[in-house]
Amino acid sequence: MKQIYMDHGATTPVDPLVVDAMLPYFTEKFGNASSLHSFGQEATSALEQSRQQVAASIGAKPEEIIFTSGGTESNNLAVKGVAYRNSDKGKHIITSTIEHPAILNTCAYLEKEGFEVTYVAVDSDGIIDMDELKKATRDDTILISVMHANNEIGTIQPISDISKLAKEKSIYLHTDAVQSLGKISVNVDELGVDLLSLSSHKIHGPKGVGALYVRKGTLLQALAHGGSHEHRMRAGTENISGIAGFAKAVALADERLVDDAKHMTQLRDSLIGKVMDSIDDVELSGHPTNRLPNNVNLRFSFIEGESMLLFLDMKGIAISTGSACSSKSLEPSHVLTAIGLRPEDSHGSLRITLGKDNTHEEVDYVVDALVEVVGRLRAMSPIAGKMSLK
Amino acid sequence: MYSEKVMDHFSNPRNVGEIENADGVGEVGNPTCGDMMNIYIKVEDNILTDVKFKTFGCGAAIATSSMITEMAVGKTLEEALDITRNDVAEELGGLPQVKMHCSNLAADGLRAAIEDYRNKQNIKK
Repeated sequence: MKQIYMDHGATTPVDPLVVDAMLPYFTEKFGNASSLHSFGQEATSALEQSRQQVAASIGAKPEEIIFTSGGTESNNLAVKGVAYRNSDKGKHIITSTIEHPAILNTCAYLEKEGFEVTYVAVDSDGIIDMDELKKATRDDTILISVMHANNEIGTIQPISDISKLAKEKSIYLHTDAVQSLGKISVNVDELGVDLLSLSSHKIHGPKGVGALYVRKGTLLQALAHGGSHEHRMRAGTENISGIAGFAKAVALADERLVDDAKHMTQLRDSLIGKVMDSIDDVELSGHPTNRLPNNVNLRFSFIEGESMLLFLDMKGIAISTGSACSSKSLEPSHVLTAIGLRPEDSHGSLRITLGKDNTHEEVDYVVDALVEVVGRLRAMSPIAGKMSLK
Repeated sequence: MYSEKVMDHFSNPRNVGEIENADGVGEVGNPTCGDMMNIYIKVEDNILTDVKFKTFGCGAAIATSSMITEMAVGKTLEEALDITRNDVAEELGGLPQVKMHCSNLAADGLRAAIEDYRNKQNIKK
């Protein structure tokens, strides 16, 4: 059976060139970067080259990059690290209602530890309310954390506008750029952020590695204590093979960014247009244009997402109902709720996240499959044709 | 995540549709929870001769709907009322724990249809 993978927001296949870049660090160049002998020096050299690569990609200095185990750890280190280190200045944090659980649950944890968190609303396209954000800032606000692009609906946030506000008020600004890296430009100075989270496996790199950018002078407290790795900000022997793979994936993504973004935007717009033309009662969630080139989030009235997903899976098509992290819970997506959708509308949502290797033929196959699956489920639905869910 | 039997009933659901002039209709669930089920029944001499369904919901909701139509046909109303949510789940080879509460509505739907039938009978009398 034909297999079509369109769930790149969940994870991506590792590029064979990335695998090649990683392989030497398992067997011949297996050294510990903390060792002083030549094996260790080889590892150190790979580590520092990788750091330069990742730093250069986002317009940072190498010493501003801390390698981590991925996006979730980077987000934890950014939010808790700033909170713990700066709690003498204040204990107030601002974030948005549509962040990834790695931010929202970290904030919820800090609330239990005595910090106060304000969750700023977004509009119906998923863009943060700047007036509300401005009003939320206080003298004791120490951090604003707003994601660069949303993982479910792909909406891109005005981070540089938020940066102006944060600078005016001398508040640290963090952004989660896990979904935007490799799809749109990610540059720490253009965005004006103090901290920025990255993940490798969303850009055809290996799982289990990522990075946190920390602007020079930002006061951060380490969460893992041990040796003096990663500028004493993240103890533990570095995952050299993973880091080398991540750096290679970043290099490839940089090289291909313009072409890949153009290709994925074409696929995205073709997919949305064709679905809208061939299926009634469908709406696009998220901003119509200010969204990631690879994100499509559609809601189909009268039917439920999981049953669509299962039927599509039988046809070899891998997509998702929301973010993979929450698909095992039955709650409607917090992101779709935040943009004002009623639970019954959220339940009929599908997230299709394209990759650089998807083709126009695959898009057509998916559209045909959707027409069939939606028709089949609507024929089974007790509400199709009887009520409008809009 | 689902058993083979659940996937079978989900992908080839039995007895989908409405029964015209049904003797009883049960409507359970609500779209807010993500699951809604209508069960239609035909009754002759206290026996269920036809059971059909229409369902809005996940794989488990559709599979349990299909399963109960097979379990119920040929049973007396009293026997049908004895079918529990657990019976349906067991007949399907089990359901994921997270689905046991929300999506396992079929037994409730059948019961509601039988009650509807009995109410209509009482009105006729």
